Amino acid sequence: MGNDSVAKTLTVATLLCLVCSILVSLSAIGLRERQKENKALDEKKNLLLVAGLLDSDDVSREEILKAYEAVETRVIDFERGDFTTHIDPETYDQERASRNPSENHTIDPEEDLAGIKTRARYGKIYIVREGEEISLIVIPVKGKGLWSTLYGLLALGPDANTVSGIGFYAHGETPGLGGEIDNPSWQALWKGKKIYDPEGHPVVRVIKGQVNPDNPESIHQIDGLTGATVTSTGVENLINYWHEEDQYGTFLAKLRESYEH
Amino acid sequence: MNIRKTLFDPVFKNNPIALQILGICSALAVTTRMESVLVMSVAVVLVTGFSGLSVSLIRSVVPSSIRIIVMMTIIASLVIITDQILKAFVYDIAKSMTVYIGLIITNCIVMGRAEAYAMKNPPLMSFLDGIGNGLGYSLILIFVGFFRELAGSGQLFGHTLFMPASEGGWFVGNGMALLSPSAFFLIGLFIWGLRTWKKDQVEEE
Repeated sequence: MGNDSVAKTLTVATLLCLVCSILVSLSAIGLRERQKENKALDEKKNLLLVAGLLDSDDVSREEILKAYEAVETRVIDFERGDFTTHIDPETYDQERASRNPSENHTIDPEEDLAGIKTRARYGKIYIVREGEEISLIVIPVKGKGLWSTLYGLLALGPDANTVSGIGFYAHGETPGLGGEIDNPSWQALWKGKKIYDPEGHPVVRVIKGQVNPDNPESIHQIDGLTGATVTSTGVENLINYWHEEDQYGTFLAKLRESYEH
Repeated sequence: MNIRKTLFDPVFKNNPIALQILGICSALAVTTRMESVLVMSVAVVLVTGFSGLSVSLIRSVVPSSIRIIVMMTIIASLVIITDQILKAFVYDIAKSMTVYIGLIITNCIVMGRAEAYAMKNPPLMSFLDGIGNGLGYSLILIFVGFFRELAGSGQLFGHTLFMPASEGGWFVGNGMALLSPSAFFLIGLFIWGLRTWKKDQVEEE
């Protein structure tokens, strides 16, 4: 019964907590650098895959870093719709800013197409150039699906209107149903679709069933995912949301104009 | 005490999921893909093994009034360390299942073995008992995961075996196999099979 005295109980509890916390801290701190590197590398890989600069996702660290040299990261002020130099694109964390009340913008519920409530005031944009000319633009997108928030990237051609790639790097949708947003053959359907109508409004539609190619609207339409109506609608909404004027729309409109001239 | 018996009994003879009906919750959650099944299995084997070892090492000094909290603290620390290691070395897989790794803390098998075995037995045997129970858990997970991934998406370890109809093949995935309830059916079938083979596991009327 000696074990049950108050002094003994306190001693055991204190020592145990001490040992456990030291072990946990050691593992967290000792592995932190490696984890950070993994995370950064993973982000770069996702971006390169969406941009079509990598052929498969089974590539070495060196290949990723080498391919990434072609990518230029900039930050856009959503309000002005232009580049800003106040913020360092290398260290800016758009996701964190969207959750920080002093850095974010609360979205009017009527306009909250993507269902995300708040967004950052500045947005990252990735640019790939051929010589001086822009050949590819990648923007981060996010919005609600059925169970989870979908985090993705969308690549646009030099006209800032034609989709050249889409990918989601984090989501919690049902595997095999909504999770099919990761399916490469579905993602391939997006290629060549136009985001904007002639008036400059984002009009992407993820429709139920299959797109009829004879329909003049088919250039904005993508086949819905079977058994995943809510996720499909979520994808449609979040793509349109981030291409609206208040987000990347104004900036992209400028690019479209200069591309046409 | 027999080492082989301690290690392998929990696999068929006294399987934690099939006979003790512990740890069903995570068997439902992570079994849609074989890849996550394997990572989860390794993680659980390590956690049950080392929690058995550590609990057994200090079993003679733990006051019985706080023993559950003591075990919980040990298990939670081990799970966090496992999670950190996975994130550092197999980032891609860890990313998709980090929530479930954390939930190993609440896996009844770990706690159950610490309380039922490690508190009363020497460290080495407790370690083996933990490993054995982890293996028993893994066996069910692999069984369930194998059929769920195959029936649900026509794949194993992410490699397509049956070409799906949406890509020009013949295979139409079974949507239910991808949802949690299918794991109940599979575990049920497994228990049925096991009890037909080992009749002494059938409960008395």
